[in-house]
Amino acid sequence: MALGQLSADPDDAPPELAAGRLARLLRPFVGVAVPATAAIAALLVGAAMLLAFGANPLVAYRELITGAFGGADNLADTAVRAMPLALVGVGICIAFRTDVINIGGEGQIILGAITATVTSMAFDDVPRVLLVPMVIVAGAIGGGFWGAIPGALKAYAGVNEILSTIMMNLVAFHFLSFLLQDLLIEPGAIKIQQTRRLSENADLPLLPGGTRLHIGVLIAILVAVLGYLLLFRSALGMRLRSVGHNPDASQYAGMAVKKSITQALAFSGACCGIAGAVLVFGSESHRLIGEGGAAAFTQNAGFNGIVAALFGALHPIFTVPASFLFGGMLTGGSDMQRATQVPAALVVALNGVVVVFVVGSLRLRDRLRTWAGGISSYGGRA
Amino acid sequence: MLEMTGITKRFPGVVANEDVDLTVLPGQVHTLLGENGAGKSTLVKILYGLYRQDEGEVKIGGERVEITSPAAAISHGVGMIHQHFMLVPTLTVAENVALGLHGKRGLADMAPVRERLMEVSERHGLVIDPDAYIWQLAVGERQRAEILKALYRDARLLVLDEPTAVLTPPEVDDLFATLRSLTSEGRGLIFISHKLAEVMEISDEITVLRDGRVVGRTTPSETSREGLASMMVGREVRLGRDVSDQDTGQDRLVVDGLHVRGDRGNLALEDFSVQVAAGEIVGIAGVSGNGQRELAEAIFGLRPIESGKVEVACRPIATPTPKSVRRRGVAFVPEERMRHGAVGELNVSENLMLVEYEHRPYVRAGLLQFGAIAERCKDLVRRFTVKTPSITTQTSHLSGGNIQKVVIAREFSADAEVLIVAQPTRGIDIGAAEYVHERLLSKRAAGAAILLITEDLDEALQMSDRVVVLYEGRAMCNLPRAEATTDRVGLLMTGVSEDAPAPA
Ligand SMILES: Nc1ncnc2c1ncn2[C@@H]1O[C@H](COP(=O)(O)OP(=O)(O)O)[C@@H](O)[C@H]1O
Ligand SMILES: [Mg+2]
Repeated sequence: MALGQLSADPDDAPPELAAGRLARLLRPFVGVAVPATAAIAALLVGAAMLLAFGANPLVAYRELITGAFGGADNLADTAVRAMPLALVGVGICIAFRTDVINIGGEGQIILGAITATVTSMAFDDVPRVLLVPMVIVAGAIGGGFWGAIPGALKAYAGVNEILSTIMMNLVAFHFLSFLLQDLLIEPGAIKIQQTRRLSENADLPLLPGGTRLHIGVLIAILVAVLGYLLLFRSALGMRLRSVGHNPDASQYAGMAVKKSITQALAFSGACCGIAGAVLVFGSESHRLIGEGGAAAFTQNAGFNGIVAALFGALHPIFTVPASFLFGGMLTGGSDMQRATQVPAALVVALNGVVVVFVVGSLRLRDRLRTWAGGISSYGGRA
Repeated sequence: MLEMTGITKRFPGVVANEDVDLTVLPGQVHTLLGENGAGKSTLVKILYGLYRQDEGEVKIGGERVEITSPAAAISHGVGMIHQHFMLVPTLTVAENVALGLHGKRGLADMAPVRERLMEVSERHGLVIDPDAYIWQLAVGERQRAEILKALYRDARLLVLDEPTAVLTPPEVDDLFATLRSLTSEGRGLIFISHKLAEVMEISDEITVLRDGRVVGRTTPSETSREGLASMMVGREVRLGRDVSDQDTGQDRLVVDGLHVRGDRGNLALEDFSVQVAAGEIVGIAGVSGNGQRELAEAIFGLRPIESGKVEVACRPIATPTPKSVRRRGVAFVPEERMRHGAVGELNVSENLMLVEYEHRPYVRAGLLQFGAIAERCKDLVRRFTVKTPSITTQTSHLSGGNIQKVVIAREFSADAEVLIVAQPTRGIDIGAAEYVHERLLSKRAAGAAILLITEDLDEALQMSDRVVVLYEGRAMCNLPRAEATTDRVGLLMTGVSEDAPAPA
């Protein structure tokens, strides 16, 4: 046939342009560099805000940094604060990569905390080597179930997941106070919404070093690695990413799009549920505490974890250091407030500025990505 | 009447025109021929004042002119029929013609415009209702309105950018008759196309562009379609395929009495039947929008079937979904490769694995086996001559032809017994199209049953053992290769059935 002599060798492809190679080298860093630059810009804005309140920004930031990262105890506090952020963040990576927006981290944390708590109550006497993994898995199941519901609603009934996950947060919050008012409340306690001291066999073991640091940090890193393997190394992850980018083409290829959407939110919820278990069994009180509103116990990790994930360029591994930085801002923020006597609300506002800048920079990042991707391309566009 | 010399136009990253000369004489059809991206549109957009050339000059009637805007071009007697029509759909033909004439004109001034428009349309035999809204018109009529708009402004030199791309064969004949009458009045025409048969038919002079440069000038009497194709592509090309007759096996795909609804609830397919046997290519010819998309989607489980049946290998598919249909040995090259065929953001190897990523040996214990995947993908890239820097290049960065090759490589390498292939060569260049055709024939030789859905009449006639014409959801004919002539099939594509007069 005529074609034999026509077949072009793929090796004929012209070498990439030098600019293309540069762009390709830069591409992985664009994901981190742009939000990081945005964070620095946010700190500059924050400095202006501090000045307006008569505080010395240099002092304030020094306190912030030492409060976050100065010394073993502070580092440990930051790490403890970062764990739920990283766990939720990994879940967010999975959901967002499948083009599913999970705003339901708070509710999934609560459900994970509840199932883990109930599990520890039911198996009080199981030895620690078993009970700790059991409560973690129970948390994953509870959170995963809570995520799967809006996932299935979106996939099979077309319910917007942003709305449904927010609603599920409310349901979880009220479910928790109901349980703590009645079924799970500590015997003898009248007004305090909290469980009894949970089984010591479920306490997350402390790491050596004499700090508050417990094995939750290892769990978070393990989940991040698993999240990475799931998204980028497994067949399931390839399906999720394919569905996230182009559900039509995925369906034409024979992929189960609806199942993928449900799975993505279930996995996402499972990560949040583990965060819930870690928050309960890694706490100093070793109780599930409801008083002060759900946010007090979840530490807002269901929302802050989204920021951490975006900060980490929606990559499970990068989400870990991103959470550590963000956790540092949260722990150091209170030191800063104490030292400079600025209103506590200013610290919250400062965090808010960072969030707005970082999230806002993502658009810019995507544009840079396209640029970096575009230059290294070969041949025309379709 | 027109002389363009040394025209160079650069866009960031590409030289769209490089030192291009073009001379058009009155009373001539001068064809610009070239593959997609050769720079044809850019050259005529410079002439029409839509782009400014970086170098070179334009002379009209022997005088050097600076064309800075379409208005300036019109005042120099240049008219343009764009590749994508530039009419306002919510206005009437006459109102569209009046648009932009000497500043603002209110409705009160419509009467003289209408009158002159009728006169112009009568003189050129271009029948049109001046009061019809553009949205009411068929594509061929819209084009007529565009031409009239240019003639109304007394264009002496008329540019038509791929005017035949959207027309059925009889409409092309009408257009060509109009073009001939225009040249007989001494007007000059620049005609752009990449369809070789048309170019051979209508041209007086042919200028071939490749990668922005003029690579040849010729006339139809001095060359052949092969010659033109070779000039366009820059190497030997053989058109026309000797498709040897081949015994066919059992029917692999049977579609019987299919009724399917379209997106708007209309009956997109009405009592449609077709059988494809092993080792056979059945071509579904017809202008797009006559039920082609719905047919492919219904077979593939993407659209509910109202009544009728689809059988693969003599058994119906219980609950057709893309997955279950694929499992029964059906592969699908969809019409819209970027929307349905490939995931642009994933890389080439992921797209090559999009169907088989879950199968051994590409996955073990749930984890992708990148060694086995790379081996397979490199092999596919080589065998299907996909031009890509690497198998991890993001797919959207490839050219359209290469993306199509990725989709074809994936679908053709699966051990499918039935192939549904929709518009496989639309918008890709000759070399890639040639390649796709070879692959189709080798699949046929290997005993696959192939349903080839195409609106390219040449492709349908050349590739198919049998041709079914789809018109308004119905099969107009089922002709064996020997009886499927261009005239016969072309007529059927317009809905004129063989034993009944044309429907009103
Ligand atoms: N406005 C533009 N900006 C950048 N590049 C362009 C633009 N218009 C055309 N090009 C590029 O110039 C080349 C020639 O395009 P074009 O003249 O449209 O080709 P043709 O009409 O022959 O298919 C292509 O590579 C195209 O991508
Ligand atoms: Mg063009």
